[in-house]
Amino acid sequence: MPWTRDQMAARAAQELRDGFYCNLGIGIPTLVANHVPPGMSIQFQSENGMLGMGPFPFEGEEDADLINAGKQTVTELPTTSFFDSAASFAMIRGGHIDISILGALQVAENGDLANWMIPGKMVKGMGGAMDLVAGVRRVVVLMEHTAGGKPKLLKRCTLPLTGAGVIDLVITELGVFEVAHKGRDGGLRLVDIAPGVTVEEIREKTEAPFTVAEGLKVAA
Amino acid sequence: MAVNKIYQDSVAALADVLKDDMTIMSGGFGLCGIPDALIEAIRDSGVKGLTIISNNAGIDDAGLGLLLQTRQVRKMISSYVGENATFAKQFLAGELEIEFNPQGTLAERIRAGGAGIPAFFTATGAGTQIAEGKVQQEFDGRLYVQERGLRADLAIVHAWKADPEGNLVYRKTARNFNPIMATAGEITVAQVEHLVELGSIDPDHIVTAGIFVNRIVPLQTVNKRIEQRTVRPRA
Repeated sequence: MPWTRDQMAARAAQELRDGFYCNLGIGIPTLVANHVPPGMSIQFQSENGMLGMGPFPFEGEEDADLINAGKQTVTELPTTSFFDSAASFAMIRGGHIDISILGALQVAENGDLANWMIPGKMVKGMGGAMDLVAGVRRVVVLMEHTAGGKPKLLKRCTLPLTGAGVIDLVITELGVFEVAHKGRDGGLRLVDIAPGVTVEEIREKTEAPFTVAEGLKVAA
Repeated sequence: MAVNKIYQDSVAALADVLKDDMTIMSGGFGLCGIPDALIEAIRDSGVKGLTIISNNAGIDDAGLGLLLQTRQVRKMISSYVGENATFAKQFLAGELEIEFNPQGTLAERIRAGGAGIPAFFTATGAGTQIAEGKVQQEFDGRLYVQERGLRADLAIVHAWKADPEGNLVYRKTARNFNPIMATAGEITVAQVEHLVELGSIDPDHIVTAGIFVNRIVPLQTVNKRIEQRTVRPRA
């Protein structure tokens, strides 16, 4: 059975390491914060100018001056620091953030990412996505495997790019793909698969060619 | 301290500054840390043809959304405008121009502008349409895009505390774009929640030095809105 959104987030949380500084995108990626393994220290960065983001506040304790990049009210932790937007993106663009987990419209086998605009539709803007994928050390995509029945893992992105050759790992409800060499074709490798899902089913729903990792583990 | 930087209200602070077709930087992220009283004074002045540099465009009835409602804005330079339906309507009708900048590029353009740096290189946007028409150069085997520093005729910012010298302190995530914009305006006007006596802010805690602030407006009332009220249940 394909993974649920929560199970996808839990799988993404396996990419975290003790001491990591992490930036989470809006949507399914926000669920990753609920799956940090006990005892592991992870500091979440919010690009509007906060490091060490705490959980949502209790009702009545919301502070209009304390929000995350999704404009949601959040709380401080003992580790929290605040800084201006230029310092925030110095962390991101300067390679100081260890991992970025974000959503996607399309990913190509060479690691290209499209997630900010659909020509002909109202464009809302890229926000911090282009900076995150260009600057963060490891970039992980969490997305549905298909959209309206059409594959999202492609040979080439057809939508305008957010970044070229920037994605390291793609997690969908069907499996996990590693981009072995960014910026070149032929490096997409299936390294994990949801329980009960077959490689054949994934091939049917994936435009990009991929290899299957030796000793592929079938998740419990 | 010979110069008096303190103005009675936002109208007085902006009266001799505003003109049609000027460029204005406006601090804030979403509705957090926006100079709302100064935005209202700009609306009431009726100036038009404005170019506004701001990360977001407010929502329909708050923040920079007020200047969109009255059609005083010709062009926005922003990274994300998703929360404003008025914006979408005017953009699709061809009445409003938009220049999207990646958020970090926008922040660095403002920081560079304020620091007298005319251009810099960044990896952000290399190989995307953002790089089209811009100088691109390889450094150490990686492709970078040249981006220009940004300045404005006027910067409006919101701070938590100020002293009469114009030294500013911000509160939590209401800091965001405010300190960098304060450096990049030919004239910078700060609306502040608390005007305190000289010497009462620890100099080590000052975020924006008074040199960057020309005018201070102490707020009589502070209105802060929350865009997405999210809470967790008590255990």
